[in-house]
Amino acid sequence: MLWAIALASVAAGARAHAFLDHASPAVGSTVHGSPPELRIWFTQELEPPFSRVKVEDGNGNAIAASEKAVDAADRTLLHIPLPPLPPGKYRVLWHVLSVDSHVTEGDYVFVVAP
Amino acid sequence: MRARSAPLLAAIAPFLVGDALAHGIVGKRFFPATLTIDDPFVADELSLPTYSYQKFGGSSDEPAMSQSSYAFDYTKRITPDLGIGFGGTFLQQRPEGAGTTSGWDNYALSLKYQLYQNAEREAIASVGVDWDIGHSGSSRVGAEPFSTVTPALFFGKGFGDLPDSATMLRPFALTGQLGVGIPSRTSTSSVNDEGETIVDRNPNTLVWGFALEYSIPYLQAYVQDMGWRAPFNRLIPIVEFNFTTALNRGQSGTTGTINPGILWAGQTVQLGIEALIPINSRSGKSTGVIAQLHFYLDDIFPNSIGKPLFGNP
Repeated sequence: MLWAIALASVAAGARAHAFLDHASPAVGSTVHGSPPELRIWFTQELEPPFSRVKVEDGNGNAIAASEKAVDAADRTLLHIPLPPLPPGKYRVLWHVLSVDSHVTEGDYVFVVAP
Repeated sequence: MRARSAPLLAAIAPFLVGDALAHGIVGKRFFPATLTIDDPFVADELSLPTYSYQKFGGSSDEPAMSQSSYAFDYTKRITPDLGIGFGGTFLQQRPEGAGTTSGWDNYALSLKYQLYQNAEREAIASVGVDWDIGHSGSSRVGAEPFSTVTPALFFGKGFGDLPDSATMLRPFALTGQLGVGIPSRTSTSSVNDEGETIVDRNPNTLVWGFALEYSIPYLQAYVQDMGWRAPFNRLIPIVEFNFTTALNRGQSGTTGTINPGILWAGQTVQLGIEALIPINSRSGKSTGVIAQLHFYLDDIFPNSIGKPLFGNP
């Protein structure tokens, strides 16, 4: 039975909760100059209609947002183009639905330096 | 006839029984399944096996011995917030100067209800009851001839709401339990080799503990990407504190272990290993070890045996 469950767990590897794996700009990072795009890779494939991302400036104003941000070729990737960002602190807020219907959400900060 | 305090195995029994050890998510926080204390989540999951090894110094009534245990524990959600559990532990005991004795400890059933969750505060609280089923195990390994019912409170709190001045502390989380073990018999009698009747008093016990963990996945996903990649990006260093305090019937004192270790939380399975450091001589003779393979059935079988019987997860 143990091996059956272990095999099933391997087969189910693409069906668990989607967590942020890594991002660009990276979580908590400082980048020099405005990045042209925000990219977030998740640990699982996402459901495009129910996955979205938003970027806010230090005052909480929305700088960029998209509800159609899942990459068509790589469904673990969420990305949106960014307008020119002046130096400052920015918060990324994401809300995604993985293919097994688990919802996860989170946020992180990055800093744009001159 | 003479009376004596609870024998060593009775004192450490709470550590030998496979508890319902759950994992879960509140807000941004993923709480892993802990190895030696119960946590506040109701989940579909299976611990198989949980292995532990400890040495005990013995007492005037019992010889020193080493013990290996092999436990399983299965929990099932009835509704998204209500779950049941069943567990058992197979023991191998090697008393000094005697042969190996083995057998099943008493089986255990559990019921738990999640009564509070706050996603923003990464907080959760639950109530539950554990029933250690008397006479269901082997007396050769010290399985008690009576039941113990333990109603308990459970909590979990992530520190993700700490201010920006303490961002590197946000990956910390704390879970804990506080319960009272109530035996179905206040005392039990037996006859020793000299023909004496021995009376063991069975006190109510305070079953308490907590786990402090630092989540590398949380650190990298929400605070600061340190550049760690698989498999290191899923590590969770942890220290568990697992105690039992006798409350009455002439008994007193606390037994337990402090258990530093590390967990690796994958998408569908979790691995864990911890040291078992006894807090006093009644709790063990030397540092032991516990290791576990744990399956997240709700992630492996999300549309069948891994979902609640009633209601949407």
